[in-house]
Amino acid sequence: MAEQTPRPEQLVQISYRPPKQDWRDPSVEFRKGVFCYSAAPKNLRYLGLPNPREWQPFDNDWKLPPNWKQILIDGLKERLGKYRSFRLFMDICVRCGACADKCHFYLGSGDPKNMPVLRAELIRSVYRRYFTLTGRIFRGLAGARDLTEDVVKEWFYYFHQCTECRRCAVFCPYGIDTAEITMMGRELLNLLGCNINWVLEPAANCYRTGNHLGVQPHGFKDSIDFAVDELEEITGVRVEAPINRKGAEILFIVPSADYFGTPHYYTLLGYLMLFHEIGLDYTFSAFASEGGNFGLFNSHEMIKRLNAKIYSEARRLGVKWILGGECGHMWRVLHQYMSTMNGPADFLAEPVSPVTGTRFENARSARMVHIAEFTADLIQHGRLKFDPARNDRLTVTYHDSCNIARGMGLFEEPRFILRNVCRRFHDMPENTIREQTFCCGSGSGLGTDENLEMRLRGGLPRANAVQYVKEKHGVNMLTCMCAIDKATLPGLLEYWVPGVDVAGVHELVGNALVMRGEKERTTDLRGEPLPQPEVVHA
Amino acid sequence: MKAVYSSIAVAAIAALGLVPGQAPGLRLLFGVIVPYAAIALFLVGVACRVIGWARVPVPFRIPVTCGQEKSLPWIKAASLDNPSTLLGVTGRMALEILLFRSLFRNTSSELRTGPRLLYGEEKLLWLGAIAFHWSFLVIFLRHLRFFLEPVPRLVLALQSLDGFFQVGTPELYITDVVILAALLYLLGRRLGTPRIRYFSLFTDYFALFLLIGLALSGVVMRYFVRVDLLSIKQFAMGLITFSPVIPAGIGAAFFVHLILLSALLAYFPFSKLVHMGGVFLSPTRNLSNNNRMSRHVNPWNYPVKLHTYEEWEAEFHDKIVAAGLPLDKE
Repeated sequence: MAEQTPRPEQLVQISYRPPKQDWRDPSVEFRKGVFCYSAAPKNLRYLGLPNPREWQPFDNDWKLPPNWKQILIDGLKERLGKYRSFRLFMDICVRCGACADKCHFYLGSGDPKNMPVLRAELIRSVYRRYFTLTGRIFRGLAGARDLTEDVVKEWFYYFHQCTECRRCAVFCPYGIDTAEITMMGRELLNLLGCNINWVLEPAANCYRTGNHLGVQPHGFKDSIDFAVDELEEITGVRVEAPINRKGAEILFIVPSADYFGTPHYYTLLGYLMLFHEIGLDYTFSAFASEGGNFGLFNSHEMIKRLNAKIYSEARRLGVKWILGGECGHMWRVLHQYMSTMNGPADFLAEPVSPVTGTRFENARSARMVHIAEFTADLIQHGRLKFDPARNDRLTVTYHDSCNIARGMGLFEEPRFILRNVCRRFHDMPENTIREQTFCCGSGSGLGTDENLEMRLRGGLPRANAVQYVKEKHGVNMLTCMCAIDKATLPGLLEYWVPGVDVAGVHELVGNALVMRGEKERTTDLRGEPLPQPEVVHA
Repeated sequence: MKAVYSSIAVAAIAALGLVPGQAPGLRLLFGVIVPYAAIALFLVGVACRVIGWARVPVPFRIPVTCGQEKSLPWIKAASLDNPSTLLGVTGRMALEILLFRSLFRNTSSELRTGPRLLYGEEKLLWLGAIAFHWSFLVIFLRHLRFFLEPVPRLVLALQSLDGFFQVGTPELYITDVVILAALLYLLGRRLGTPRIRYFSLFTDYFALFLLIGLALSGVVMRYFVRVDLLSIKQFAMGLITFSPVIPAGIGAAFFVHLILLSALLAYFPFSKLVHMGGVFLSPTRNLSNNNRMSRHVNPWNYPVKLHTYEEWEAEFHDKIVAAGLPLDKE
């Protein structure tokens, strides 16, 4: 794989000149490096999804069910009747093109069908053909297109070149949200069994074991115990990290990468230190051992199936409220879907910080608080002691992860925390942060190696903004609060901007946190020697 | 080619307006039946579209948040770009509908060697769009003088404001100039930007040419061809009071204007122009970002197949025991 990946100077030869081929021609080429492999039939079977079979996108015959066309048209009809967003977005686009160059995949590939407007037209053209009067009569003239197997393949290709990041929706005068279109497109493909393994394997794992990585209870326990031991070595403090403990005040939910991936793991260390220092009465759950939700990249039904365990586990353990770790799409689900799908959470109490007494009014109904909200409140009340000089090795910037940016609006808390725990913080240019932030290029289940070239292309705008602050301010650490970011940005930056590392916000919190009873710290959480205090020369 | 075809289509419609002059027997058809049918299609069609959308549930509260959420009391929330209250949402929608807030954010992008991706302000599309829409509104309101007697003072005031510069006789309306300039810009942009031309449909050009034709025929009547305004007013009043008359003074220029307007009205509900109604209903804009404060109910929420804790504990029983974790069932 690696030797096939083009070098940066090759990859950046991007032409934005549209091809001769009319866009209504659906043919696509499944070239290595720019698509994801199909889902293994065992995963479909485990989840009870339709049409499990062996196939690959580059095969000629996709082994679709014989009545595939009817399935799709019925599926389209069902969704047009269930989601106002979808129905409306099929009707009101004026093709002004404001969205066109807002997509990281368009910027990185120049492929016109990666313009959000055209991505949506891929479905809209079929909608017009079968559901509108003008489309039925005037066909091509009204922008309508027949549904063919090639269209199915085209949908598969382009709806897996959208990370549901919603950046285009910020600029759309009608708020047309390509994430909604892509979600529907994937749901429809799902009806034919055309899914990708990088989404369905984690989903199947999560359904069975409670987390995407398929970590079983003893593995979860080992992982957390290991972190506790390691923390003791670094800090000299032995922290508690209870699991499945009934009667705790707070249930703490993290994305599974936090306890099984790097650099996520250092963020986990940060949480553990923080909770010990404030004496938080909390518990992990080995069942609800995943906040992330790859259902979001498959179907609304799968979101609900995977998310249900969070409230049910909170009820079983008898906690008062739920705290959630750093993650992106996890929070899109927790914030915008969970309470609607699996609530009401009336068996929990309205969240109150046991340390500061702050009532988290903004979470009074869903009863789940984001760790950044929680920590920012602690810092604001002066309950934490920091030695930010311990992060002096780092010149830091912050990447707003798509989902907590555009599906929630969590902008100030992480920046407030970072400014308290490090001394050199610089934001990237304003067109690339906050609500205009660029996706890592690997979100929504596309972060797989066979798709590397497309990920590198999609990540170009993000990496390029990092390069800007690296050159201008010497930034060497990109912080973020998303598990997919932490998994994929290190590789992306190594490719485009070597010399910039990736960390979670709470890793830097852990580095700077002064704990009672700690030994003199000689390394940060990564085992890197702490910077020596600067000697002042007279 | 799509632009050529659609301009031909619009020209053909306009040419139809010349028919009544040649065949006086058809004046009734073009002067009464077609306009009434078009108005009926417009009203019923738009109502059907809006009701059609409104009947579809909004299962999830999915605003696109474009600013800081309301969270801790000492953090300033973006109450318009990320509203948490009805008032905030109203403000957000008002900004969106009256000032095209989102389009105002528009940026341009450019990839330079390095690579260096640059983003710049790109307000022209916003300017073109807002110039067109507001001019259209003012022109529509100005036209009320043909339909109301006495003419409301507000309409007269608008009219004199629009003719503020008092250039020429009859005095030049600013909106006439602005709407044509804006429409030509939007057309030029569609044709002149390769990527926009690439995805533009026949219908995109058709709508633009219809509007340009409508505006042009109006301008021609006001500034270049002498028309009998009294007859036109008589005609308009007749239409609106359901006692249609077609005075002899109604000429070809007016029929062209009228047929283009009828075409626009009839086409409206079947086209992208329904964004006029749709913009109010967009769930990514017209909902508060208060999901965790108050629960949104999905009317079709249904039970799904789950893997419960009990099943999980049964499946991993031995491993849970080995890890020393508590069991619910011993």
